Amino acid sequence: MNKPSLQPGSGGRFVRLAETARAAVHLSIDGAPVTALEGDTLLVALLTHGRRVRSSEFGDGTRAGFCLMGACQDCWVWDEAGHRLRACSTAVVDGMRVRTTPPASLWPVTPEVAARERGEVFR
Amino acid sequence: MSDTTQQRSDVLIVGGGLMGTTTALFLRRHHGLSVTLLERELIGRQASGTNFGNVRRQGRALEQIALANRARAVWGRVNELLGEDLEFVPYGHLRVCYTEQQAATLEQHVRDVQPLGLDLQMFSADALRKRWGIFSDEVVAGSLSPLDGHANPRLAGPAFGRAAQRAGAHIHEHSEVAHIERVGAEFVAHTVDGRQYRAPQLLVTTGAWSARFAQAFGEPVPLDARGPQMGVTEPLPYAIGPSIGVSTPIETEGLYFRQIARGNIVFGGGLKGPALADAVRAYVKPDNTLRQLRELRRFVPAFANVQLIRVWSGIEGYTGDWVPVLGPSARVAGLHYAFGFNGEGFAISPGVGEVMAELIATGRTSTPIAAFAIGRFASAAQDQAITT
Amino acid sequence: MTSPRVVVVGTGPAGVRAAQALVEAGVRPIVIDEGRRDGGQIYRRQPEGFTRTHATLYGSEAAKAQALHSDFDALRTQIDYRPETLAWNVTAGQLHTVHATSGETAALNFDALIVCAGATDRLMPVPGWNQAGCYSLGAAQIALKAQACAIGSRVVFMGSGPLLYLVAAQYLKAGATVEALLDTSPAMPTLNALRGLLHRPRLLLRGLALMASLRLGGVKLMHAVAPLRIDGTPDGGVSGVVVRDARGAERAFACDAVGLGWHLRAETQLADLARCEFAFEPLSRQWLPRIDDCGRSSTPGVYFAGDGARILGADGAEAAGRLAALAALHDVDHARGRSLFAAEQTALTRTLATMNGFREGLARAFRWPHEQAAALPNDAVVCRCEAVTAGELRRSVFELGSQEVNRAKAFSRVGMGRCQGRYCAHAAAEIVAAAASVPVELVGRLRGQAPVKPLLMSAQEHE
Repeated sequence: MNKPSLQPGSGGRFVRLAETARAAVHLSIDGAPVTALEGDTLLVALLTHGRRVRSSEFGDGTRAGFCLMGACQDCWVWDEAGHRLRACSTAVVDGMRVRTTPPASLWPVTPEVAARERGEVFR
Repeated sequence: MSDTTQQRSDVLIVGGGLMGTTTALFLRRHHGLSVTLLERELIGRQASGTNFGNVRRQGRALEQIALANRARAVWGRVNELLGEDLEFVPYGHLRVCYTEQQAATLEQHVRDVQPLGLDLQMFSADALRKRWGIFSDEVVAGSLSPLDGHANPRLAGPAFGRAAQRAGAHIHEHSEVAHIERVGAEFVAHTVDGRQYRAPQLLVTTGAWSARFAQAFGEPVPLDARGPQMGVTEPLPYAIGPSIGVSTPIETEGLYFRQIARGNIVFGGGLKGPALADAVRAYVKPDNTLRQLRELRRFVPAFANVQLIRVWSGIEGYTGDWVPVLGPSARVAGLHYAFGFNGEGFAISPGVGEVMAELIATGRTSTPIAAFAIGRFASAAQDQAITT
Repeated sequence: MTSPRVVVVGTGPAGVRAAQALVEAGVRPIVIDEGRRDGGQIYRRQPEGFTRTHATLYGSEAAKAQALHSDFDALRTQIDYRPETLAWNVTAGQLHTVHATSGETAALNFDALIVCAGATDRLMPVPGWNQAGCYSLGAAQIALKAQACAIGSRVVFMGSGPLLYLVAAQYLKAGATVEALLDTSPAMPTLNALRGLLHRPRLLLRGLALMASLRLGGVKLMHAVAPLRIDGTPDGGVSGVVVRDARGAERAFACDAVGLGWHLRAETQLADLARCEFAFEPLSRQWLPRIDDCGRSSTPGVYFAGDGARILGADGAEAAGRLAALAALHDVDHARGRSLFAAEQTALTRTLATMNGFREGLARAFRWPHEQAAALPNDAVVCRCEAVTAGELRRSVFELGSQEVNRAKAFSRVGMGRCQGRYCAHAAAEIVAAAASVPVELVGRLRGQAPVKPLLMSAQEHE
């Protein structure tokens, strides 16, 4: 059983203070393998390995959750298949493949808009 | 405290939605007449502010196309006209269908509107896939009006109102009109708090609440209040340019949506909800929302992974024959009407404003509006009286 | 009515005691819980497999928490318990629910609906509060209580209210590094506040003891501060907090996380959707659903109990939950419910009145610093969801003529994001009122719309 590092030197934001003798759960975040502990929320898994949960759509930077009780809706992420996951209220499960940016399959740019963004007319 | 002096202007407009504010603006800008507009509550807050925001000519009754073309010309320069951004996006209006029979209807419409100055393009399922690629396999064909689009209804009415005010119109909010009387050759509107406004010409444009005024002038109109069922999603990556709808005779299938620049998808369609005109309240029925979600997934499967964050409704006036009431009174000189747009007034509102301003100022308009005459209800009533 | 259909929303102290009262009276309620486990927020349960004791988790409230959890466990076979279920809408006599993972929906017919939806933290925006690493005080507590984590390696707690002290002390005890505790309220409560606080002397003493333990632990404690900004970068998040102290000097504290909060705000979305009347409460400067002393709202059949109606805290919530349940049974003419209600109404209402006296003391001692909203610089983000600034909100008043908060929302987008105004509505109202130069109650409140929380569009129609 791997015991993840307690301290934020591992690049995380949250600090584990207790309850570290739990079974490991293996998941991936943005393609990178991550080991969390059974009973962790996805938010805790994200923030013990990194400093961000998502990026604001409106240009004011990264977000890392806010209320942890399912009220602020600021911690929604995706799995690779595009399913929505609210990180603070979702328990980690072995094999989860999580993304902190929307997968292309979620709402793909239409060829017409892609052309317009390249400065072209769709043909 | 009531003010018993009567404020006088050339034109009195009762109703501060898009029809009223656009008319006020053009009366000032194009014709230089003095205008007073009385709005019961806040400018643009009812149907004008709660509708879907479609700016489309495609799919309208043929007798509305000329008016819609006129409106589209205004939309094309609306930001410049008002000095504000109404978020008008001219990336087209696309309607798709689920059956070959409906595809034939779309094709007929393409032929019907072409001589009226509207050029549409048909798309096969394959062509839809190549250009958009978002539709389910149930979609068999589509028709694009490339120069139609959509805009922001929350902003439009108030922006037209402010522009009218800057142009010298007297705009009064919180001014509910209790009754309007004819005094000699003029109209006098009395507000509930005792103010009086008079003018030789009057435009009644109070949306779903207009029947009362029409009735008082001897021109009853059957008018039903219905609530659009609207919803908006979380912001998504910007992907889709045109506003898109399902063309179908089946009411529950008729969903439509558009993506705004910030990324949210606004949608509407399907069954209407309860609209209580007297209480000024309209509601979204939860069952309608769930049905809409089902139909949206059927139409564009990617909706399954999107979140709905808010629903709303509004109060729209329906005339029963799907034709608006627009033009001069059939009985009273100087009286005009613009109401009953059956949930599709947003797109043509700047055209309505230009036409009504023209009509009021000069007695004529270059745009055909005879089909919308209020007199048709009187004829119908007479016919009915004769046969019973 | 011999078998009334009763639905309870929430399994915090109010919901549990409401369910318990119903079961005692011989009714089998449906109990809706958005969470995976019962307990609500203040008595939030740690996940299965965690080992900390109730004493560690809940301190002085351990016995109450234990009793609540055990009592609920005992109730489970006698209620129709639906966890991971969100009540997303309510219409006349029907509660609309959706399951969080399956997307299955239901329309539950009820004769009585007892809403115990609880509260969230009440937030006053601080410039920079939209950065990664800024959390509510409740979030800081949940991270510790439910996940055994601290929100950062060096934490500053800022705001006001009893929770500020409680969470900071809990962090200290658990071994986290607490850099500072910055209270916007003055050190000495006013006489009026003290009078209120003395309704519950044990709680008052407990609060003082917490303060002492924080000082002993070396935490920098400051009162009467004015928050100036939370420093940081868009990528890295929070790096520090800057305040103006009581003497007017600027003081900066380095940190990588901030816990922010000014006591609590009631979750009132279901009240709004149920078309309940609201009234403005000047003491706390917020709109609350009108309820009588038994929790009856203005909508027949709909009752409110707990922090979702009046922030009376956990003890008050337990009493209010029981009372609302019994009142509901009384109102539908349920025989056993009527006799329980008759026997207990006086004592329960008296308990609640005492708690309310304390609540008023709290509101005075730890006031909502509403003037901070008007003082926000134009570039401060007010609506975190939509990144709408104070300046954009003021523009909706000065240039676009808004005199009322829903109009300001229509023009500025404040409150249009995913959280539907939970964290920005109060400050937005203060900003609009200040800009329009009208008292805050005249700008109204943001009207709630369904869904109560975002609804995944995979939600299925029900039978």
